[in-house]
Amino acid sequence: MSVILVLVAFSVLLAGGFLAAFFWSVRNGQYDDTYSSSVRILFDDDKPKDPAPPVATPASPMTEHTPNQ
Amino acid sequence: MNCVIAILFCLILRPIAVEVSMGIIITKQDEEKHNVTPESSSNACYHCGEDCGTVPITLHEKLFCCNGCRMVYEILSASNASEYYRFEQHPGLKSVDNAVEKKYAYLDNDEICRDLLEFSEDGVSKIKLFIPAIHCSSCIWLLENLQRLNAGVMHSTVNFVKKEVVITFRDTELSLRQLVELLVSINYIPQLTLESMQKGAKRKVNRGIYYRLGVAGFCFGNIMLFSFPSYLSVNDAVENLLRQNFGLLNILFGIPVAFYSGSVFIVAAYKGLKKRFISIDVPIAAGILVLFFRSAYEIISGTGHGFMDSLGGLVFFLSIGRWYQDKTYQALSFERDYRSYFPVAVTILSDAGVESIIPIKKLKPGMRILVRNQELVPADALLVSGEGSIDYSFVSGESSPVSKKEGDRIFAGGRQVGASIELLVEREVAQSHLTELWNQDMMGAEKQTSWDTILDVISRYFTLMILVLSTVSGIFWWLHDPSQTFLVVTAILIVACPCALAMTYPFSLGGAMRVFGRNSFYLKRTGVVENLSKVDTIVFDKTGTITRNDGLGADFSQLSASQEQLHMVSSLVRHSTHPASVAVYRQLQGFTALPVSGFAEIPARGIQGTVNGHQLKIGSETFVCGTSGTAVSGRVYISVDNVLLGFVGVSNRYRDGMKEVLSELSQRYELHLLSGDNDAELENLLSFFPSRDHLNFNKSPKEKLEYIRSLKASGRKVLMIGDGLNDAGALRESDCGISIADDVYHFSPACDAILESGQFRHLPDFLRFSRTAMRIVFLSIALSFAYNVVGLSFAITGNLSPVVSAILMPLSSVTIVGFVTLSVFISARFSRLDVKS
Repeated sequence: MSVILVLVAFSVLLAGGFLAAFFWSVRNGQYDDTYSSSVRILFDDDKPKDPAPPVATPASPMTEHTPNQ
Repeated sequence: MNCVIAILFCLILRPIAVEVSMGIIITKQDEEKHNVTPESSSNACYHCGEDCGTVPITLHEKLFCCNGCRMVYEILSASNASEYYRFEQHPGLKSVDNAVEKKYAYLDNDEICRDLLEFSEDGVSKIKLFIPAIHCSSCIWLLENLQRLNAGVMHSTVNFVKKEVVITFRDTELSLRQLVELLVSINYIPQLTLESMQKGAKRKVNRGIYYRLGVAGFCFGNIMLFSFPSYLSVNDAVENLLRQNFGLLNILFGIPVAFYSGSVFIVAAYKGLKKRFISIDVPIAAGILVLFFRSAYEIISGTGHGFMDSLGGLVFFLSIGRWYQDKTYQALSFERDYRSYFPVAVTILSDAGVESIIPIKKLKPGMRILVRNQELVPADALLVSGEGSIDYSFVSGESSPVSKKEGDRIFAGGRQVGASIELLVEREVAQSHLTELWNQDMMGAEKQTSWDTILDVISRYFTLMILVLSTVSGIFWWLHDPSQTFLVVTAILIVACPCALAMTYPFSLGGAMRVFGRNSFYLKRTGVVENLSKVDTIVFDKTGTITRNDGLGADFSQLSASQEQLHMVSSLVRHSTHPASVAVYRQLQGFTALPVSGFAEIPARGIQGTVNGHQLKIGSETFVCGTSGTAVSGRVYISVDNVLLGFVGVSNRYRDGMKEVLSELSQRYELHLLSGDNDAELENLLSFFPSRDHLNFNKSPKEKLEYIRSLKASGRKVLMIGDGLNDAGALRESDCGISIADDVYHFSPACDAILESGQFRHLPDFLRFSRTAMRIVFLSIALSFAYNVVGLSFAITGNLSPVVSAILMPLSSVTIVGFVTLSVFISARFSRLDVKS
């Protein structure tokens, strides 16, 4: 039965790792501004290929309005 | 198993944080500006979405309402940044005419740069700028892609919640001034005030609540799992081994819960007791400590399973309440002092008349300074040359500009309207008349309301009751069965721990605060809702509070002029910046400007000029008619070729719906008016305010404060509504101070709440809703008492088992939170306030 105790010890260790990850994310400032990152992830990284003025494409994932509480 | 809980916890907490923080920033105003309906989009400006009028400017088959918007579009499309327009429709803000040229010249000064920059090394600089215009995802995209506009920018990150952007740039390629001017050119105007130069004084983010919440949640989850075997009453050797070891683990997890996450409550209770004040934290702290030590004793001595699961739940739920309550509007500041009102730099003149720029803190008495149109007088000074016309409306409440002649003394804080003036500084900035007003002792002290919160009152009786109850039942059991005494007394303290009670206040008032926030009424803390609900007297400031800030109104009924004459008047007044001219011009829009020759503005008298060969004179009676009768303020006389046409009545415009607001409020509240201005509008105001005795004019800031104090001394609970620096003392002294502002992100004096001026008509609704919120608090307090009675009946009879406690505690908390949240939502729906914007 002592195998359960070993497993428990491991699982606590693992969970502690997640707690540490949570601490890191708070320290990293991820909870300071919870809005920008939700938008930022949708931006394209690449530079636009066509320098000409773009056609207004409404079919962008972000035409929805910024949610309001 | 427990790691799964931890993952879930981390995953869940963040989206909740996202959700809740959302409404912090996006004000209704922003929404309105950008919620352009598709119907109007045919004529809507491609950049800002405003109606383009009859003659739109077209470029690339897109319509623009003004050249400002077109220019921003050109800059962006020329720099491969036109994706800006893809994320939101019409993301821009209408450009305000901003004469940039010399405005930011002070940023070339090394000393000022040093103070503004976060760091600067090896040609790389970093600066944090507060930009109130940040409002949507396009803003984030553009500000984080500034390198497309200028290669000198290396990296930029937006903090949406605080409306800040941190920019790292190569200062060899791009100077700070160029960077700021770049931002201004695309209409993201950073706010640079004396406050942004105060290093170290910058607001720090308090992340402690997240750590405490995380620890409590983590330990709670694990304790629940390890407690599970003890809920099953199987009795064999293996199970017992597990139970023992799990019990020890529970103690291990209980330590951080009680002494890290729970420390806030213990410390708060201790501080309160030291001041002989019994707050709600006292029974909570007692509950936490008793839970921990009794459980530890039970587990170690092997007499029971302990209540560690209840302890974890208790602290976890309480921490959630704390977190919900502590939410603040980070982009708003409720504690502003004169530093955020004053500019960063000032132009000084050498003896030879050479202009140079120095940081404002270097300003010394004896220096000569130059103050241009619309600039602030930074220190008490003497007027050396030029015609001063100083707008003190923000500082003293006087509605019309005061004219000053050479040799006159000018107090700091006024704004020059008109041509540049030269001043001789008399006192340092920190010692000027205005700043001394701020620095008075009462400004420094933390505001104390004159009453205890409902929670304080209840917890005082509650704590007493629990003490009596535990003593009585302790004595009872001591006489009947002494072995049970310890168990029963601790059980009472455990079950009486007012977790549910402590949750009612943050969740109901926090909910109300969020409803207010959605209606552009921002509270400093949740407790302000209660203050609002108890108010019985409302004191209004006049200038800028019940009157509008955006210019005067003009009444043409006393003027008999032809269209052609009006056309000429319009052409003449557009050359003057005097508020009366601006008001007249606003009423006469739609005329094309005719050329004016011989234009002259005679300060404090009027303007004259020749249009179409006709000689026009506009101004005071003395100036226009040549008579020296008693001047009636608020009348602008107009003559064409020395023939008097009559006068235009110029007066303050009251806020929309003011009459309805005041008549509705007067049914329940005693209304007062406290103005720094003269009593020219007494007649008008008498029809709004019930009693002449409550109308006070020509009050200095100090007198305003005294007035509030005397009202409070007579037992009244005072709500003060003001807007200017002259109200700062009164706002502070009142039980609840609301500062009203056209733009909530710009300067407003220290206060308890900031109201966006467009929402003034909702004032009665806000007050009513605050009372509704308090009724919800009372109801949920009754509900939580019911739970306590059930719990206590278990405890007193000696039947409180860990399972009962572990079920009762979360059950009561969850139902209370559910009840409160739901009722706030429902009652908001039935009020006249917006639930969702």
